[in-house]
Amino acid sequence: MRTRLAVPLLLLALLAGACSIEDGGPPAAEPPVAERPDEQTPGAATEASPGSDAVGDGLVEGEIVVQAAASLTDAFADVAEAFSADHPDATVVYNFAGSQALATQIVEGAPADVFASANFTQMDVVAENGLVVDEPEVFVNNQLAVAVEAGNPFGISSLADLADPELVLVLAAPDVPAGSFAAEALEGAGVEVTPASLEVDVRSVLSKVELGEADAGIVYTSDLVTASDAVEGVVIPEAENVVAAYPIAALDEGPNPEGAAAFIDFVLSAEGQAILGECGFVGV
Amino acid sequence: MPDTAPAAAGITSADPGPPRPAQGGVASSRPRLPSAHVVLTCLAVLALALFLVPLVGLVARTPLTRIPELIVSPAVVQATRLSVVTSLAALAISTVLGVPLAWFFARRDVPFANLLRAIAVLPMVLPPVVGGVALLLAFGRRGLLGGPLEQVTGVRLPFTTAGAVMAATFVAMPFLVVTVEAGLRQADQRLEDAASTLGASRWTIYRRITLPQIAPSLGAGMALCWARALGEFGATITFAGNFPGRTQTMPLAVYLLLESDAQAAYVLSLLLLAISVAVLVLLRGRYLSP
Repeated sequence: MRTRLAVPLLLLALLAGACSIEDGGPPAAEPPVAERPDEQTPGAATEASPGSDAVGDGLVEGEIVVQAAASLTDAFADVAEAFSADHPDATVVYNFAGSQALATQIVEGAPADVFASANFTQMDVVAENGLVVDEPEVFVNNQLAVAVEAGNPFGISSLADLADPELVLVLAAPDVPAGSFAAEALEGAGVEVTPASLEVDVRSVLSKVELGEADAGIVYTSDLVTASDAVEGVVIPEAENVVAAYPIAALDEGPNPEGAAAFIDFVLSAEGQAILGECGFVGV
Repeated sequence: MPDTAPAAAGITSADPGPPRPAQGGVASSRPRLPSAHVVLTCLAVLALALFLVPLVGLVARTPLTRIPELIVSPAVVQATRLSVVTSLAALAISTVLGVPLAWFFARRDVPFANLLRAIAVLPMVLPPVVGGVALLLAFGRRGLLGGPLEQVTGVRLPFTTAGAVMAATFVAMPFLVVTVEAGLRQADQRLEDAASTLGASRWTIYRRITLPQIAPSLGAGMALCWARALGEFGATITFAGNFPGRTQTMPLAVYLLLESDAQAAYVLSLLLLAISVAVLVLLRGRYLSP
């Protein structure tokens, strides 16, 4: 009996010891006290948010979970950095994927604060399920470009050049926003192509060109800004191009509504728009 | 469930049975045995639930009334046919190459055996997408062998059905190699030696003695290999791309259908499941029944 009791007691003692060591010895009682205000602040902040607005800085804190379209990967990383500089206590956590996958996750109950979609089709899926706080807003536009191997060996200068049967062309699948835009642009230009593959997202299209497996692919202009030196972009003339509008919305069931609002405000601000512009997007 | 529990109990209690009388000291642990069974059964049920509940979720969401209409839709038929073809081709290649590799590891004195074995099973732990990129760097247009291969033979693997087969083989063959190697190590080599002393040729020994002995592990290995090939996604999408009828296998079609027609994706997943379960049950019944 004694040994049976002794073991849990010893474990307890060890655990307690471990805690106090981690917390820095003597002020072992303090950390819990320090933690509590932290735990209370979200609640307090919710109640006192008008107060904190009155202070003027409108600082937010905690994790802000953003479901963002894959094409925003690089741009939003820069946005998060600038946002965190303004809100040191807030952490932006991204989940980058195809907008359709993100929409499915949100509808199936993934806990997120913000949804930034690459098209309205997927945003509408979320909105129709009553999961957005306000009407989704366009925060940035994107355009299509042709990614080709560095040096443009096939001399591609327009969409019509993509019809060359010798050319290995890769597009995004028509179910993916980039793919449907590409199809729209090709149809508008009256060009018939025979793609070798319909990739599952726009980044895969780019990587196929980067790896040299494809001679050309239709991607977003924003994708080309961060692409490696192995590829270069061919501008698609305005008349043949398609404007992809990206909507953003705060999510109804998000755990951090203040954070969501602040993040969206930042994206729409001059600073946020400038960052997106640097990354190849067209501001609104 | 009620079938398996007593059966499992029977096996576990029968196993420690014989040695116990020899060592009397273990007697004190005897009363605890039932509780061990309860704990193990509970954990086993939890493990089963982990597999079963998502399956039930999938079935519950599948629009059963749309199954007949969806199952004959061109996209589903095309993907199913392609998946069956590529997974069987991958299985055939894996068997022809994988069994000799297993024999090589099990029976030959291979230098750096552990390193070579680790390389051979690497695709089991490698993220399939990385496997796909590695395949591209080796067999792509600009790859180590891909360039010369295309120049000499005109064969291009990326974006072709052959590429999809290669990707599936790459990720699936290790399952066969590992299983067959274990079988070969367990096989009684004295029988082979006996046959040899009786004048049987090497080929005859492998065919008449070794192969029958490893039949269960070969069957299990083939089942695992085929199932892995059928479910293959990452390496295929990376190496072979996605084109309906050419490289868009069922898992790829499911992934894309989720984006446009989720219900069709559920139906296709269910079909994939039905095919796999049918084949696995068949193979298990054939080769693995005790």
